[in-house]
Amino acid sequence: MNLEFFVISMLNGMSYGLLLFMLSSGLTLIFSMMGVLNFAHTSFYMLGAYFAYTLSGLVGFWPALVLAPLAVGALGALFERYSLRRVHKFGHVPELLVTFGLSYLILELVQLVWGRSTVPYGLPEQLQGPLFTLFNTQFPKSRSFVMLVALLMLLSVWLLLTRTRIGLVIQAALKHPEMVQALGHNVPRVFMLVFGGGCALAGLAGVIGGNTYVTEPAMAASVGSIIFVVVVVGGMGSLAGAFLASLLIGVVQTFAVAIDQSLATGLQALGMTVTEETFGWPVLKLTVSQVAPILPYLFLVLILIFRPKGLLGTRED
Amino acid sequence: MTSNTATTTPTAYYRFKPWNVGRIVIWGMFALLLIVAPHLFTSSLALTMLSQIGYLIIICLSYNMLLGQGGMLSFGHAVYTGLGSFIAIHAMNLASKGSLPIPLVLIPLVGGLAGMFFAILLGYVTTKKASTTFAMITLGVGELVAAMALMFPEFFGGEGGITTDRVYGTSFFGINFGPGIQVYYLIAVYCFVCTAAMFAFTGTPLGRMLNAVRDNPERAEFIGYNTQKVRYLAFIIAGFFAGIGGGLTAINFEIITAADSVSVIRSGGYLLFTFLGGATFFFGPIIGAVLLVLASVLLSELTKAWLLYLGLVFLFMVMYAPGGVASLIMMNLRVAKYGKLGRLWPSYLGLGGTALVALLGAACMVEMTYHLQLNAALGSEMTFMGATINAKGLTSWFGAAFVMLTGLGMFELCRRQFRHQWGQIQEQIEHEIKRGEAL
Repeated sequence: MNLEFFVISMLNGMSYGLLLFMLSSGLTLIFSMMGVLNFAHTSFYMLGAYFAYTLSGLVGFWPALVLAPLAVGALGALFERYSLRRVHKFGHVPELLVTFGLSYLILELVQLVWGRSTVPYGLPEQLQGPLFTLFNTQFPKSRSFVMLVALLMLLSVWLLLTRTRIGLVIQAALKHPEMVQALGHNVPRVFMLVFGGGCALAGLAGVIGGNTYVTEPAMAASVGSIIFVVVVVGGMGSLAGAFLASLLIGVVQTFAVAIDQSLATGLQALGMTVTEETFGWPVLKLTVSQVAPILPYLFLVLILIFRPKGLLGTRED
Repeated sequence: MTSNTATTTPTAYYRFKPWNVGRIVIWGMFALLLIVAPHLFTSSLALTMLSQIGYLIIICLSYNMLLGQGGMLSFGHAVYTGLGSFIAIHAMNLASKGSLPIPLVLIPLVGGLAGMFFAILLGYVTTKKASTTFAMITLGVGELVAAMALMFPEFFGGEGGITTDRVYGTSFFGINFGPGIQVYYLIAVYCFVCTAAMFAFTGTPLGRMLNAVRDNPERAEFIGYNTQKVRYLAFIIAGFFAGIGGGLTAINFEIITAADSVSVIRSGGYLLFTFLGGATFFFGPIIGAVLLVLASVLLSELTKAWLLYLGLVFLFMVMYAPGGVASLIMMNLRVAKYGKLGRLWPSYLGLGGTALVALLGAACMVEMTYHLQLNAALGSEMTFMGATINAKGLTSWFGAAFVMLTGLGMFELCRRQFRHQWGQIQEQIEHEIKRGEAL
């Protein structure tokens, strides 16, 4: 493992982790405020990518960067207003179920409108090519753009929540919704705004994630379970925890896919003879890159055993 | 004061119920239905569907033990059915080689024990939390197992899966489980016994505590129960029955693939249909299992857009009837009990008729879109309900939209009328109940 590999993998891992954070932050905001686990959150991420694909064909990438998240946010707000709010009185499980149904529906509709295969959603000219070349490996501009947008978003969400009036109302409604309502604020509307805002953040992640990676109907499912892992590992409802967990999982996964070592080669390096007849060969021969897809879930299980409330969580339940 | 003490002597809780006639009739009818069903529907397609319904009833009921009775929304139930299937199929292969003396009739139990074992192993982690966190953890564990299954082709058979032959051992009175009808009856017996056992479970102290933990975990803790332990025990029992269902799947299909049987999509299917059937009543998942087979075998043959329809039905069900089909049946039974169902028939006919019109228009548009997208090479002509229409023609789109909007408008009118009537009837029933209590 040389320095070049380390730095490039670190940067790639961080850009992937920051993308995960853009998704999990919206999910965490919605969860901590409304208690709703939005199962369709990555479906909104997918919608963001597809909207941006269509819009960038019409008006160009940069306007689409603004318009697509707004459209996704509006859809999210509409869904909250006309569907989720109706289910709210039945409890948290039906709320989860209604978003679960929505994720089926969005997947089918996306396949209906844009087809079942990958769409050619490319990078704009300004983001093509490498940003800098380190030793012999290039780091693409698009990845750094993902990092930039994620950090800007983190900053603006933080400023919005702590420095503005609406942010204070949101924070207050998070703790004591009845009291805030008694003070004359329209709490259901605040909920609608938060849900729409969370969806818009997912949409923004889709706009920049869609052309950095691929835009296809499976993109929602591919990150869907991982961001749930992020939210649980970071601690339910903790934004800082989500940030830490996203970076951790992004970096670990990026490093894992690049390592072509297995337990067998490790033991052989230690001087032991490991052959196909050795007990447990099917496990020993697996390379780290082969087990990369399950690492986040293993991490989840370990966290639950040793620190059930998550890395930075405060809730015990 | 003496008279007062006499009146407050505790009521003797003496219930003499030697025969619960209603219950016996219902269970007898269920058994009879299981016995005669293959003679009513004799085609081979019907027989495979009935077999599938049989073990899906077990699986959906075991799922409802978590969702309906324990309030635990699991996204990883296929883990236990799927692993049960795999252990069962390996047991069958070993048995046919002669190294493991297990008759085929006991193979589902092997699957059940396997499901139970994995529920003990994985359930310890998942049941640490309740409600939404539980849901997320089961999703994570489901993904973990699904990804791991593809990593060990030695055990899970990789892409091709594991195959077996259920006809092994000596035949007993001519029964060797070769023909489908014999397998069906094996499934039917297991289905009946497991359904009865799961129903009995709802009456045990553990079953009751599970309901308490679902409704108010805090109170359950205060009276001295460890909620985590109650959830864990219920999870293990549900895993056992799920494994039995998985074992029967292996016997029925004689092939199990990892990509399908332990996948999260499969778990989602169990969740969807258990909920559609009705999670709040014990018999709801039975309806759900029937719907699951009908949808995945018949509806998927009929239209390519079946997942879209399914998603829409599910969404509306959660929003308007969160108790599923079972709750709709029970609500109408209540109305019928008070002899008022007759008044609702015209409204039901109106609602059904207008909904059908709206659905026809909507379905026509959906089918046209799917046709344009998937069968573009076949040209724009397509058949819908026996009629040939042009999927690119403006007239067909306008026609379909017109039919749909008319249907929707009339449906809304009927719905308002129905809602008014329904409210009135419910009020009258409440009134009658109060009067009955006062007497």
